[in-house]
Amino acid sequence: MKKDLGFRIGTGVFGLLLILVVVGIGFELTRQSLLSIQKFGLNFWRTEIWDPVAGEFGAFPFIWGTLYSSILALLIAAPIAIGIAVFIAELCPARLKQPLVFLTELLAAIPSVVYGLWGIFVLVPTVRSLETSLPDSIRAWALFKGPPVGLGMLAAGLILAIMVIPFTASIAREVLKSVPIAQREAAYALGATRFEAISAALFYARTGIVGAVMLGFGRALGETMAVTMVIGNTPQARVSLFAPQYTMAAVIANEFSEAADELYLHALIEIGLVLFIITLIVNSLSRLLIWTMGHGARKAAAPAAEPQAAAA
Amino acid sequence: MSVRRLRRKVVSSLFVGFCAASVLLALIPLVVILFFVMSRGLQSLNVSFFTEMPKPVGEPGGGMANAIVGTLIVAGLGSLFAVPIGILSGVYTSEYAGTRLASAIRFAADTLNGVPSIVIGVFVYGIAVLPFKQFSAIAGGLALGIMMIPIVARTTEELLLLVPTSMREGALALGATRARAVFSVVLPAALPGIITGCVLALARISGETAPLLFTSLNNRFFSTALTQPISSLTVQIYSYATTAYEDWHRQAWAGALVLVAIVLVCSILARYATRRLEGLVRG
Repeated sequence: MKKDLGFRIGTGVFGLLLILVVVGIGFELTRQSLLSIQKFGLNFWRTEIWDPVAGEFGAFPFIWGTLYSSILALLIAAPIAIGIAVFIAELCPARLKQPLVFLTELLAAIPSVVYGLWGIFVLVPTVRSLETSLPDSIRAWALFKGPPVGLGMLAAGLILAIMVIPFTASIAREVLKSVPIAQREAAYALGATRFEAISAALFYARTGIVGAVMLGFGRALGETMAVTMVIGNTPQARVSLFAPQYTMAAVIANEFSEAADELYLHALIEIGLVLFIITLIVNSLSRLLIWTMGHGARKAAAPAAEPQAAAA
Repeated sequence: MSVRRLRRKVVSSLFVGFCAASVLLALIPLVVILFFVMSRGLQSLNVSFFTEMPKPVGEPGGGMANAIVGTLIVAGLGSLFAVPIGILSGVYTSEYAGTRLASAIRFAADTLNGVPSIVIGVFVYGIAVLPFKQFSAIAGGLALGIMMIPIVARTTEELLLLVPTSMREGALALGATRARAVFSVVLPAALPGIITGCVLALARISGETAPLLFTSLNNRFFSTALTQPISSLTVQIYSYATTAYEDWHRQAWAGALVLVAIVLVCSILARYATRRLEGLVRG
């Protein structure tokens, strides 16, 4: 057994390295943003003015833009992703299954910068012509205010949705797979229609489905290149879908190499730190939900006997 | 009764229709993006794209030879970091699956997988660029490596757990140490799958831009020096796409075509290999 100890330590060290990297990211980002944390405190996240030349740093527009674009993407992506998961897992003929899985995986494999390139030259002009074709009466609403430039929140939300769909769909499909077949067979035996049987399965899997959607949300929060290329990069918090705005990831990507003085750099790294913490929480929570779901299904527990799942 | 039945049927078919429509809706962007990358990319792709250096603004022609080599170097460096660390930590988490450290490593891998790539860029800037006051290919490789480790680790773990326990037990019964059993019997059995996983991970990191923006930066010249800034396809596409020059846009599309081709060929090959493997295992 003594000989095995060396093996155990030898491989364990490499595993430990992974933990070290995660801890290291948190530590390093905190260390590098101390100046900004100490100088601005919580006001950093409440102030709307971002003027590096004057030394004024308020990160509210970025957190607003990140949340806005990710929620917008989620609203578009979640129903479609769940629809895809249901279609592939429950409805489609066996022959179509593999090709469809492959195609959705392809969508996930396209690099972010290629999405961005396509966004600049194809999606943004399309969005612009959509904006100009809206009648003035609608353009007066707060949601559609502003000049139709194309670059802006709507384009960012759309491109994020496209990127998040395959991701959420594949996890939702896995979740659906873990619902016992007997449950659907019982529903069909009682004369349920497809919709009724599948919605029972979806209800059974609700914790995992919510987890899958949240995992997609986590992806959207941190997505950088494609959003940077279409959102317009203007530090302002606006309700309008047409207004050019900014996200946390985008401001880091754009301004990091220009940050001349130390305070500017620390302010940008603080944005990175908070982005890291937010994605950490969202991802851990969603994995917990998916895990709870998988665990419950394996134990074949009755869905009614999961009060904590109902709360989620 | 029959009205109610009709309503249930209509609702059900509407639902089925919605699900089928969402598949189509997701495939539209895929087709459109691939179409644009193919058509615009093919228009601008030629031999000089692979052999020549970028030209200054206003001069037509030129290529991305330095960026292609740069991407190969940085992604290669990333794999050099990530593959050994990923495989060995995967060995640990599968061999000592029940231990608390294994759960912690698994959690760390999942966490790292979800960390935004731009944050990894900032982190590597802090540990590998700032101390040396020098952007470098090594820093870029480190950033890509950190993104690759969790993928390799989780793939290795999953594949090792698929290897029949009897093989491991057989080796141990013959008097092999645990290390011997893993490295001579279990790991080789799972190796083809692990290689496939590594290729997929390599394809994924080759398409990353954000972690390279302030680690390996960019370089207008041909460079293979590991301690100097180096160009990469993705950063080059990004910087060309955001300028106002028609000729650079064309170059960006050509670059996108090359990038997408690399990624797609890797995924298709990996997929084909996995299917053959599954066939072998079952047969």
